[in-house]
Amino acid sequence: MGKMIEQQKLEETAKQLRRDIIAMLVEAGSGHPGGSLSAVEILTYLYFAEMQIDPQNPTWSDRDRFVLSKGHAAPVLYAALTERGFFPREELFTLRKIDSRLQGHPDMKKIPGVDMSTGSLGQGISAAVGMGLAGKLDQKAYRVFALLGDGEIEEGQVWEAAMAAAHYQLDNLIAFLDYNGLQIDGPVREVMSPEPIEDKFRAFGWHVERINGHSFTEIAAAVETAKRVEDKPSMIIADTVKGKGVSFMENQVGWHGNAPSREQAEKALVELT
Amino acid sequence: MEKIATRDAYGKALVKLGAKNKDIVVLDADLSKSTKTYEFYKEYPDRFFNMGIAEQNLMGTAAGLAAAGKIAFVSTFAIFATGRAFEQIRNSIAYPQLNVKIVASHAGLTVGGDGASHQAIVDLAVMRCLPNMTVLVPADAVETEKAVCAAAEYEGPVYIRLGRSKVPVLYTEEDAFVWGKASLLREGTDITLIACGIMVAESLRAAEELAEEGISARVLNMATLKPIDREAIVQAARETGAIVTAEEHSIIGGLGSAVAEVLVENEPVPMERVGVKDVFGESGEPDQLLKKYGLTAKDIKEAVYRVLRRREL
Repeated sequence: MGKMIEQQKLEETAKQLRRDIIAMLVEAGSGHPGGSLSAVEILTYLYFAEMQIDPQNPTWSDRDRFVLSKGHAAPVLYAALTERGFFPREELFTLRKIDSRLQGHPDMKKIPGVDMSTGSLGQGISAAVGMGLAGKLDQKAYRVFALLGDGEIEEGQVWEAAMAAAHYQLDNLIAFLDYNGLQIDGPVREVMSPEPIEDKFRAFGWHVERINGHSFTEIAAAVETAKRVEDKPSMIIADTVKGKGVSFMENQVGWHGNAPSREQAEKALVELT
Repeated sequence: MEKIATRDAYGKALVKLGAKNKDIVVLDADLSKSTKTYEFYKEYPDRFFNMGIAEQNLMGTAAGLAAAGKIAFVSTFAIFATGRAFEQIRNSIAYPQLNVKIVASHAGLTVGGDGASHQAIVDLAVMRCLPNMTVLVPADAVETEKAVCAAAEYEGPVYIRLGRSKVPVLYTEEDAFVWGKASLLREGTDITLIACGIMVAESLRAAEELAEEGISARVLNMATLKPIDREAIVQAARETGAIVTAEEHSIIGGLGSAVAEVLVENEPVPMERVGVKDVFGESGEPDQLLKKYGLTAKDIKEAVYRVLRRREL
């Protein structure tokens, strides 16, 4: 299968995305490395192996959509979009700076390829539900992908959206949960446990998959299965490592919302070569 | 005078719009028979989405539909639309400038028996302060239908405030609704009454009674609260020298505040605000509530006397 051959290319792309995340964050001086790095394989797979999109025509009406409901992971989205050709790489280094199109959280009015403005947790998934309803109404074949954070699902709105997606049988909606286990104040299980998470989404009427979120093989298999599911939205719970790929950031809650210093960034980039 | 609730006019307008434009979709949160979106549902069930009692997701879903090219009309009671889902409106609709029309019914004290918990009296304040948001407050059924149709034509977020109770019909089909312009309902030279929503009819009544007392009052209907018609306000201040505003809303942040902002920066003249005086309402019949909370023609007239005394000082 073509996708298996692509594996090595995807690994390289993922590494490039990680380098870009570190490089843009050190320039920005603030931002969210941990939850960006944990989602690299998911976005790499979606943007380079799955989604039908056209960087030359970012608002193509038949395109697949992606909603970054955990909007603070903007760096991984920007890295994916620039690598995919939606805007020039140099622009990455304007992240969070005055007059930049690259806002701290994604702004659909500014950046080509961003399908929804997000940042306030719990809101993106509702927009994804709306896009899914529109797709059904228009009898279009596009799919809507969304990425939620494990802390984000503490928001009640997520469960309102979960109920609605199942009620309207949105099998064109495939969401990922970036289950890296950490939120700002500590481990999610200590702050506000989401468990039993698979049971919760199943009880809400979703098809649920549980995978290693850093394995392209597992991501591919889960997405392929989800695409065949009828009359139900899919939630792919991806076990991930916060800060993945940078040894001193991995599983460290302190790297949720702090940019690396120049020295730390150099160290990280050495690890990512 | 014939009386029709603005929400009834909304239901009719939606059905007309639905026939004209296939991109129009309607969402509600389990109040479709009260907000009158049910009328649309009966005609176009495929384009109607009941989102249940979940207003945050209601707004977010409307945003997603708009992002995918739809014109989303979303309705619930004003208290829930602008209170419960304020941040969803801010971040998922106003910020990305999506084509969502929030048409909220049961605004103000005249929701009646449900009491203070359900009486939206700061909705105009919180919608008016959002960048990219247009705010419309139709005064009667005719104006409601025209405002709703105009909102469908306009690209971007709009908040339209409707009421539960039947209100007098002030306009005819021939009268135009002009987006962003105050409508002059009565000419006058001594003072201008600027009102919106149900207080327009009260202002007209006050103006009639004032005329009998020899006071000539101009009446402006400020159906577009934002962007507000600065020219009409400044002109009224210059030509009549005193202003009274009247709204079924807190005196903080709504029409009175908006008019005061324009006046102080352009043409300061004595003014008074008739509205809910920074208190919560209570249960009661609409007319009892309007009387108790100072929202009648009599209250407008008393404000006129006060402001005219101040001008003479």
